[in-house]
Amino acid sequence: MTLALSGSDIAKQIEEKFPGCVVEATAASLLVEAKSLLDVAAYLKDTADLGFDYLTLITAVDYIDCFEVVYYLTSIKHNHSLVLKTRCYSRDNPTLPSVVGLWRTADFQEREIYDLMGISFDGHPDLRRIVLWEGFEGHPLRKDFL
Amino acid sequence: MATAETREIVVNTEPFVVNFGPAHPSTHGVFRMRMTLDGEVIVKMEPVFGYLHRGIEKLAEERTYTQIIPLTDRLDYLASMSNNLAYCLAVEKLAGIDVPERAEYIRVIIAELQRIASHLCAVGFFLNDCGAFQTPVVYMIREREKILDLFDMVSGQRLTYNYMRVGGVSQDIPEEFIPAVQKFVDEMPGWIDEYEWLLKENEILLARSKGVGILPPDLAINIGASGPVLRASGVPWDIRKADPYSIYDRFKFDIPIGLAGDCYDRYRVRIEEMRQSLRILKQAMKDLPKGEVRSEVPHLIRPPVGEAYGHLEAPRGELGFYLVSDGSIAPYRFHVRASTLINLTALADMMRGWKIADAILIFGSIDICMGEVDR
Repeated sequence: MTLALSGSDIAKQIEEKFPGCVVEATAASLLVEAKSLLDVAAYLKDTADLGFDYLTLITAVDYIDCFEVVYYLTSIKHNHSLVLKTRCYSRDNPTLPSVVGLWRTADFQEREIYDLMGISFDGHPDLRRIVLWEGFEGHPLRKDFL
Repeated sequence: MATAETREIVVNTEPFVVNFGPAHPSTHGVFRMRMTLDGEVIVKMEPVFGYLHRGIEKLAEERTYTQIIPLTDRLDYLASMSNNLAYCLAVEKLAGIDVPERAEYIRVIIAELQRIASHLCAVGFFLNDCGAFQTPVVYMIREREKILDLFDMVSGQRLTYNYMRVGGVSQDIPEEFIPAVQKFVDEMPGWIDEYEWLLKENEILLARSKGVGILPPDLAINIGASGPVLRASGVPWDIRKADPYSIYDRFKFDIPIGLAGDCYDRYRVRIEEMRQSLRILKQAMKDLPKGEVRSEVPHLIRPPVGEAYGHLEAPRGELGFYLVSDGSIAPYRFHVRASTLINLTALADMMRGWKIADAILIFGSIDICMGEVDR
């Protein structure tokens, strides 16, 4: 059984390493500041006893007052998982750092979020629309699209 | 002194771009590869898709939890039962619904039959891509047809079943179903042996697929590959073992893995997985209990506010559904973790340096279904 690690346990470790970056930690997930996302992600990937080498999925949810981007991390080596989240509050130009440098699986999935939710990812090598055509107006998965 | 007559003729080659697809028999649907070629060798490949985008994630936000089940059929239409099941697992996790024992066994039997049907298609069309045009695939279609008949028996449909329900399955299996599956399970090893006899040491297949399109294990993990693509690279990661859902922890089976991570290994892993599925089917049929097939679930399910991710090992990899509930009758957010889309991430790396003829093979060995890639 994949062990779902508690966000609050991991938060303690993260907080020691990068003070002030944890916004909220529950048993189910760990919410971090967008600006320290890359540091936290790299720490989670490279620390030996965490070893999150596999990024299962990335997705975004539009909560109207903010966009929440969800990262499901898994460690194939240790067979445990963690839900990492971050938020961005801008609606006109939401931007987050890209994790493609850590997990290449983010490539298409970040493009999909950019396409359908309109969140830009800084540092993505090829950020273009992926399922809709260039020139399509709006981002369909946003709650104010329709 | 160089004059016009004595000047050497220098052939300048320059890269040129070929649009492969979108409508091409080898692209398994509507998929386009923008290939930059140097002669016949691929220098750069850029996948272009979205031709089959139907906005299923958006559509689902306007439907009740039960109405979404037929939408999931239209994702990976070669493995609809697995999609149904993955979605139902996610809703059950979100709403905390239990499933009766008999329904769990029926689900396992159906899901494993679906895996065999899907792998038959995968192997058959892979051989098609190898150049063995249409002849081997007819052998595979022959057996797949028997599974479709079995599904017809339980659901009345041959492709989009809409059979699973939140909290069980839509109806009990008919009396003649289990003997028919038994007959299939008895016959199938012979058919697999026949494929192996024709293909395992087939010189053309070996020459075309051995060492072609290698995906190293560390890259496979990094790009988030799953299913036979990941296992062929030598990573023994199967959700049925790693994170057992339903009742998979009760069955004995092995995870076949490849060593080289080439096209041949991906083909071999699929053949072996069919044998393992038959093992699970035998055990599940033996233990099938009597009883209810569906727990009491209201017509309009209102899961508590929260989120859940339900996943399973679909024939093409890890298929997951991420659901966010706001307490109403429709999900606030519905996201599909499409295994085939993610498996395509490394396609460009696998193709670089190979010729066009090999590219078709590499693409075929990943086994994609455009319905799931584009959604």
